Amino acid sequence: MTYEIVIGLEVHLQLNTKSKVFCGCSTDFGSAPNTQTCPVCLGFPGSLPVLNRQALELGVRVAIALSCRIAKEIRFDRKNYFYPDLPKNYQISQFDQPLAQHGNLSIEILQPCGLQDEPSAMAQKNIRIRRVHLEEDTGKLFHQKDYSLIDFNRSGIPLLEIVSEPDMNSPEEAYSYLTALKSILEYIDVSDCNMEEGSLRCDANISIRKKGDSALGTKTEIKNMNSFKGVKAALEYESKRQMDSLEDGKRIIQETRLYNAEKCVTEPMRSKEEAHDYRYFSEPDLAPFDFEESLLEKIHKGIPELPEPKKNRFIKDYRLSNYDAAVIVSDKDTADYFEKCANLYVNPKAVANWLMGDISAYIKENSVSIKDLNLKPERLSDMLKMIDSGVITGKIAKTLLIEVIKTGIDPRKLVKAKGLEQISDNNLLENAISETIAENQKSVNDFKNGKDNAVMFLVGRVMQKTKGRANPNKVNEMLREKLKGVK
Amino acid sequence: MELNTLTAHNLMELLKKGDICPIDICNNIINKIEKTEKSLCALAHFDKEKVLERCSNLSKGAEKGALWGIPIFIKDNICVEDELTTCSSKILKGFKPPYNATVIDKLTGLDAILMGKTNMDEFAFGSSTETSCYGPTRNPWDLERIPGGSSGGSAAAVAGDEAIFALGSDTGGSIRQPAGVCGVVGLKPTYGRVSRYGLIAFASSLDQIGPITKDVEDAAILLKAISGHDEMDSTSADMPVPDYLSGMKKSIKGLKIGVPEEYFIEGMDKEVKNSIKVAIEKLEKLGAVCEDTSLPHTEYAVSVYYLVATAEASSNLARFDGVQYGLRADNIKSMIDMYKKTRKQGFGDEAKRRIILGTFALSSGYYDAYYSKALKVRTLIKMDFDKAFQKFDAIVTPTSPTAAFKIGEKISDPLTMYLSDIFTISANLAGIPGISIPCGFTKNNLPIGLQILGKPFDEETILRIAYNYEQNTDWHRIKPRLI
Repeated sequence: MTYEIVIGLEVHLQLNTKSKVFCGCSTDFGSAPNTQTCPVCLGFPGSLPVLNRQALELGVRVAIALSCRIAKEIRFDRKNYFYPDLPKNYQISQFDQPLAQHGNLSIEILQPCGLQDEPSAMAQKNIRIRRVHLEEDTGKLFHQKDYSLIDFNRSGIPLLEIVSEPDMNSPEEAYSYLTALKSILEYIDVSDCNMEEGSLRCDANISIRKKGDSALGTKTEIKNMNSFKGVKAALEYESKRQMDSLEDGKRIIQETRLYNAEKCVTEPMRSKEEAHDYRYFSEPDLAPFDFEESLLEKIHKGIPELPEPKKNRFIKDYRLSNYDAAVIVSDKDTADYFEKCANLYVNPKAVANWLMGDISAYIKENSVSIKDLNLKPERLSDMLKMIDSGVITGKIAKTLLIEVIKTGIDPRKLVKAKGLEQISDNNLLENAISETIAENQKSVNDFKNGKDNAVMFLVGRVMQKTKGRANPNKVNEMLREKLKGVK
Repeated sequence: MELNTLTAHNLMELLKKGDICPIDICNNIINKIEKTEKSLCALAHFDKEKVLERCSNLSKGAEKGALWGIPIFIKDNICVEDELTTCSSKILKGFKPPYNATVIDKLTGLDAILMGKTNMDEFAFGSSTETSCYGPTRNPWDLERIPGGSSGGSAAAVAGDEAIFALGSDTGGSIRQPAGVCGVVGLKPTYGRVSRYGLIAFASSLDQIGPITKDVEDAAILLKAISGHDEMDSTSADMPVPDYLSGMKKSIKGLKIGVPEEYFIEGMDKEVKNSIKVAIEKLEKLGAVCEDTSLPHTEYAVSVYYLVATAEASSNLARFDGVQYGLRADNIKSMIDMYKKTRKQGFGDEAKRRIILGTFALSSGYYDAYYSKALKVRTLIKMDFDKAFQKFDAIVTPTSPTAAFKIGEKISDPLTMYLSDIFTISANLAGIPGISIPCGFTKNNLPIGLQILGKPFDEETILRIAYNYEQNTDWHRIKPRLI
């Protein structure tokens, strides 16, 4: 039987405000427990919440970036439930009137049948955003052997909940959604988006149905994933588990399951899942207010060009392939870097290749950010110009690149100081070629016997002798000339 | 002279002239408390030594705050830094907040002397101060009777001259009703006039802190002292605070006063009804134009109130769980066991009743029929007032349907008890200001209160009517003789 997977994601995002959402406490990560607290975020009696406008503005940034419809009136609700990490035993959240609704997020998916010419054929898919709402984070429990400790530093950190419609049909699409969302969130600078530190958390709802069915199957909710890859792996496991169950004639039970990253499986939550009645009602301590048009406009103006339009512009303006453009714009700093460099240098494709090749490899290996790299766009474009004008070879450029990144020295100076200029001088090359011919009689004979490839080996030896500085085209040319005369 | 029997404005004059020192006032009060507190039980927390210390720490420089040296008592649900603040509930046993309520900062900023905390119904749930974990407060006019509630401690302390004046809080009448039955002045400000920061919430959309005083002038002084916008309370209004003292002294000639027919119901005490009638005639003699009017949704006020207020209370009181502060039950086996035992032992019957009622009203399946409907009717009640205030400058009614009842008389019959607030609740639902002033006595020598309700943020007009009435009557000068 063919099944269709249906996935919806709920992302909880800690907004990177300086202070908490309803009090003035700091939001710094990693401070000593309970040092960033006050009567408000400890839920002491008599304390009252006051909305942090920065949190609201960041929330609206997200809503705008996801093309949501923003609520005219901002109001909050109380979500009532007892748990020790929730000091008031209610969470200030938004229920029937969220900050924003009806948004869209375009994600890149691999073309299933590879109809297009490109090796990695990509297509766009639109995922609808159901709602975006603002709420407060809870404290953190640390369970000991026979008691638990609570750290309230996290209590009251602004959280934005972003809920998608069940529009994803594979774990890959869910992964792609998260990558696209993270990319946008980083572009608009609203969160650290760090899943390990918990500044971005994701729960998934997944169900399966027979292909062609319109009714949704029974869903399970998966929690406890701490990386995008974890989300994908959990969904892969869970979709297979559900399919196997159905194949075995079993029914899917609606439940919350926890992902066990060590075993790569989802397991039912041990505690009995009770039907919660959160008894939502309007938060009387925060008077509803109208969202000012002028503020909306101001926030709108502050939003930079987002990945999707930027990608399209890069394709158009710099003639990048869809794939290259998508890779480059997925990180704002890389995109900015590319654009700066592409404006200083004639061949954007070459810039893209270097960015996606050696530079990206270095960044990954050394876990650095492109912003902090010593290789400023001006330096990279200088280097590329040196290759084009024949000052250095492409091979030298690769080592030079690392050297510039490490030292931050002007590549032109480095080339001079280290004597890395390309050798195109006939006399200098003549010697190296003569030596090579003398030392590699076998290859010379091979060539004579019609093995044209042998010349490439000889070019390589000349390059070695010149420590990569020889102009390979010239060497090739001269070698062939010379070999003609060799008996 | 017994300074404790005077008003704040009397004392301010004497202090200014240098005839007396703050310590003289405090000593008089301490003496009085030592004499009568045992029978009155108006106070929840009182520490003589601390009072004397605060007295000696008063600024002696030239720059003196407006309330310099004037002692004030605080209801036990208003947070005072490092002082017991327990809402007269076992569940907050030993709780000393690490912060002041905004009103406390304002008062100490004006150099008032904090005297201690007054008794109240547990979490302000009640109209008789009988639900306190410290035992019932008694009415100075008749020790067998209740002082009203929930600010019964504040009202009894002021009426019994243990206090010069005091702060109370009013969610459904908790300032005005005790002031009425104790024969003193009690004012509930417009919702948003006074910061609620540091007031331990009963029903957040209804609660207001306000003054309980011996006369209208003191009410104006104290209201001025505590009013104004507070950044810590987003429901506090960013509006200028008028000079109540000068505003209230204007004549009431030509003011239009509405008398709602719904407030003169069948079965209400005839003596109360008669006193209010006489008071209205007095207002007319003073130049006001009194006319009958109607607030048609009044009959729903009590029902609406007991849904809205309990719903909010059920959520507000969820935080008392034994985790961080206050009582934690012994011998607990698990987290849920801790919640259950702590709350079972910590809350009294009335608190439990209201938590259950409110939880029920908000539950899925009942929300629409109860809470949601109550909110709609609340809007109708507010619209009744909006309409009436298009025609009238103020509305007068009795403060409560009867004078003080006997201790124990209604405690086992919550529905009858809830009707004690029938005339005061609407003002909270509508968010409008109201004041209760003495307007007579029953044959049994029990005080009767006249309630004056005003437009939102127009405390000035109700103070003006109250002041004019008071200056032309002697009710406020009559003191209880029992103690």
